[in-house]
Amino acid sequence: MTLSGAAGAVVQVAAVAAGSPMLVGWMRQVRARLEGRAGAGALQPYRELRKLAGKQDVTPEGTTAVFSLAPALVAGVMLVCAAVVPTVTVASPLDSIADLFVVVGLLLVATVALVLAALDTGTPFGGIGASRETTIAALVEPAILVAVYSLSIRASSSNLAAIVRATERRPGDVLTPAGALAFAALVVVIVAETGRLPVDNPATHLELTMVHEAMVLEYSGSRLAILEWAAAMRLAVLVGLLANLYLPAGVAGPRSGPVGIVLGVLAIAAKVAVLAGALAAAEVFVAKLRLFRVPELLAGSYLLGLLAVTAAYFLGPRRA
Amino acid sequence: MTSGPPPEPAGAGRSARVLPASELVASARELLGRGQRLALVACHDDGDSLRAVYLFLGSRPERRDELHVLLDPARPEVPTTAGLCFPGGRFEREMHDLFGVVPVGHPLPRRLVRHSSWPAGWYPMRRGAGDPPPFAARSDPYPFLEVEGTGVYEIPVGPIHAGIIEPGHFRFSVVGETILKLKARLWFLHRGMERCFEGRRVADGVVLAERISGDTSAAHGLAYARAVEDALGWDVGPDVRRLRALVLELERITNHVADLGALANDAGLSVVNGHALALRERMLRMAERVTGHRLWRGAIHPGGVRLASLPDPRELAEVARGADEVARNALGNTTVRDRFEGTAVLRADDASALGCLGVVARASGIRVDARADHPACDLAVDPVVRDGGDVLARFLVRRDEVAASVGLVAVLSSEAGARLSLAHPAPREARPTSSGIGIVEGSRGTIVHRVEIDGELLARVKVVDPSWFNWPALPVALADTIVPDFPLANKSFGLSYAGNDL
Repeated sequence: MTLSGAAGAVVQVAAVAAGSPMLVGWMRQVRARLEGRAGAGALQPYRELRKLAGKQDVTPEGTTAVFSLAPALVAGVMLVCAAVVPTVTVASPLDSIADLFVVVGLLLVATVALVLAALDTGTPFGGIGASRETTIAALVEPAILVAVYSLSIRASSSNLAAIVRATERRPGDVLTPAGALAFAALVVVIVAETGRLPVDNPATHLELTMVHEAMVLEYSGSRLAILEWAAAMRLAVLVGLLANLYLPAGVAGPRSGPVGIVLGVLAIAAKVAVLAGALAAAEVFVAKLRLFRVPELLAGSYLLGLLAVTAAYFLGPRRA
Repeated sequence: MTSGPPPEPAGAGRSARVLPASELVASARELLGRGQRLALVACHDDGDSLRAVYLFLGSRPERRDELHVLLDPARPEVPTTAGLCFPGGRFEREMHDLFGVVPVGHPLPRRLVRHSSWPAGWYPMRRGAGDPPPFAARSDPYPFLEVEGTGVYEIPVGPIHAGIIEPGHFRFSVVGETILKLKARLWFLHRGMERCFEGRRVADGVVLAERISGDTSAAHGLAYARAVEDALGWDVGPDVRRLRALVLELERITNHVADLGALANDAGLSVVNGHALALRERMLRMAERVTGHRLWRGAIHPGGVRLASLPDPRELAEVARGADEVARNALGNTTVRDRFEGTAVLRADDASALGCLGVVARASGIRVDARADHPACDLAVDPVVRDGGDVLARFLVRRDEVAASVGLVAVLSSEAGARLSLAHPAPREARPTSSGIGIVEGSRGTIVHRVEIDGELLARVKVVDPSWFNWPALPVALADTIVPDFPLANKSFGLSYAGNDL
């Protein structure tokens, strides 16, 4: 652990926490412009968060601590994820736990907390949302594990920072069939994990079609603000991870000075903006899948991941 | 009027018979057996007697037959026609809630219009009903059929929804994601429209008629105008009828274009909806230029029509191309096509048993279109019929009707005379009391108005929007559909809450 690494980790968490709403706003803006609308601007999510934070919290009758604590827990888990996933620096002091399985587990903790909170409200929408989210999560988690695992084979480590460093040393290594397959698999699971089209429609007002939105339907005020913010962080962390797994250029290392860390922030911001912009642009042309087709999509993603693993063993570059 | 024979039929091709209640069912069976449909049941409070009017319409050859039954105001009862046709049973429940007429032998005599907090025994359409008494703070339970079994649960939705739409309560009984049963509870928008007409001057009724269901202003206005003209024996001539048909087709295009986009939007393809909304806006601006009102209001009035200009044919052609592009882009997306195909199928036998009308019926293979069945002018209309009965079929019917309507508008505008505002004076010797009916194919389906006029004032206006016939078909079509497809199915039916609730 170095001082630079510690500073990098702090900056990394701050960047994800502060920048993630803008990422959501940016994606909405890209979509709006491509659809011929003016859009509300990339800063709109901040205004929404401020509005929600100033509103009264309503706690539904009969709910327990599960409902009250879930937003804090979800946001806390996302902050930990932001600290361990190598977005700005690969030298975080939490490097030792920056393990692939830990991150997937953390994401699942947040999902489970939200599912339980949704069930705690006792409303049918909470139940529907929870049931759909669980179905999706059960398929997403293995797919994400397998896809990242295929990338870890090169680095001989499941440590995310180690994988990113390995790619940094030999950037060409990801341009293999295994890398391409894993990329496709990861894009699909990130789309599913963050509740975007074609799996879920974050813009819909139709209660009966919602997944993530149905779970948070009973939240209001500052708790809803925290959940919205946490959802934005989830998106930022996952897109940032995908960006650095394939194009780690600019990421700060253990010996980077303040300039290196600032460059790391700028680099990841640029990469995430491009990647998220591309995702948003693709969304314009995508409709929402029939709910029962979603498992087929995710099974396909899992299969791609599995093929990526196989390809990594048989077709991967020889390790020294 | 006092008790005695009902008003003489005034309209063309219409017969009316006064029957004792005991002969009602047999006569109704005979008319239905001839292929006629029960289009309307209106109850009238004539002061010292109640009267129920049953209107049966038939096409090819066109027939309009009325059965009038006089009822004892102390104990108003009619034998039920629920066993003969489904709409009959619902009209009787409406009649019970608003007039207190008891349908004897009705299999399900539950309240329909009357919400549970309405005071029992208060029938708002009866003379002397007065202002509504204070509503009960605690409402009676509204029994929903409970479906039992492992894993079966209920989802209540509405009447307040997350989007800006009309109020309605839906109760889904669901196992997993599959809908076992849906019960729609409406009439949250009951504004007492029919009561509002009573006592108005004939010329003032059209303003109200245009506000029965906002997006079918022209069609309801036209139905009202035709009913009044039928009652007074007021001939308006072919030029007026053709200019009115022009407005009607333009309103149809406006609504169908918006529906095409909304269907794509419910499947998550908002870019197509954006395009459709832009087209709708062009139609609304066209409406402002043609009629002076963005919702095609103010053009049609009893005795005439008043247009400021004819629609620009070039702009209309662009809208037609745009609508075609919207449909192609929506269906070109395989996911959207997959969502549309085979979703919420309404079989033809169900649709005809429920008495469905309009787009919903035509998408299930039933050839019903008032423009062809009850033509008001010499315009050749070939109804667009599909037999899929699913969301896709309803989408395609709308798409093809836009194209057909654009063609009709082109014909009507090219043959229009120089004068766009025409008014015929009302006939001199109006009968003291007279009745008339107006039939119009609005964008949702066949609208029927029946008016009775006493001197210069409206004694009673009965309005039937096609949504009234089509709402019961929605739960039928939804059996075995999954919950997240409900919004799509609902949108494909495109029913009006305001037109149903009145």
